Amino acid sequence: MFDTTFHRPGLLEQLSQLQQVLSRSLGADGAPDGIRAAAAGAFPPINVGRTERAIEVYAFAPGLAAQSIDVTVERGVLRISGERQPTERGGQEAVQVYAAERWQGRFSRAITLPDDADTGSVEASYRDGVLRVSVGLREAARPQRINVQ
Amino acid sequence: MSQQTQLTRSEGQRDVAAATDAAPRRRQAPGAQAMVQPAVEIVEDGAGISLLADMPGVPREKLDIQLDGETLVIDGEVAVAGPEDMRGLWAEVSAPRYRRAFTLSRELDVARIEAAMKDGVLTLRIPKQAHAQPRRIAVSTG
Repeated sequence: MFDTTFHRPGLLEQLSQLQQVLSRSLGADGAPDGIRAAAAGAFPPINVGRTERAIEVYAFAPGLAAQSIDVTVERGVLRISGERQPTERGGQEAVQVYAAERWQGRFSRAITLPDDADTGSVEASYRDGVLRVSVGLREAARPQRINVQ
Repeated sequence: MSQQTQLTRSEGQRDVAAATDAAPRRRQAPGAQAMVQPAVEIVEDGAGISLLADMPGVPREKLDIQLDGETLVIDGEVAVAGPEDMRGLWAEVSAPRYRRAFTLSRELDVARIEAAMKDGVLTLRIPKQAHAQPRRIAVSTG
């Protein structure tokens, strides 16, 4: 379930994940960040999950046109970029602005993909303001059952 | 009359400003579901106030807007499809819910609030009562 990405793992879970995570360079809570990790408050915020078949990246980037989002994969780096236009006022002239917390302008985020990512099989979809990028994992990296003779 | 209008205007400005003093932040009470405050944009023009809130991942049917007296509460639950066996590796959005409350002021016409949700952005239009719309006072010379 998607909800699992919201979980902050407990200490034991963290320890057991640490080794895997370090070699994956995607980072996790408590583990060293990847070199491309962005400071808190970067736009769009990103959640990353992993299944046996794919790396799932969720970028929370509301209010965009799907065709205005650029998703590129180059040399193992997934990059999400685009631009969010200022709000149209519909001809009304603003008298006073009380809050302007929403991101405006160009944005770009980069995520280092693990070595076993298959950059040839990347799918992206945009729904309810969330961009979901699914990067397949190479066959060889998937868990295999070995028959015992 | 003009005195009264003046008072409610300044009250309204203070309230809206007070409600928006901070950037989105995480709030979590023990036992309660974690939630974040959505980033908002609040702009007033002559005819009313426009409020935009970033609530990515919230579909229309999971959005709840409540008006209790002069308190407006926006609440939305994130519902994003994902594979069953997914493990989280990294989470910058750490709560599956957005919630934020605002205090309205009396010159706003709460009966005519309009709401629209598109691509994770909630747009609320709160018109002013007809008598509260700005009018120019002619200054006579003499």
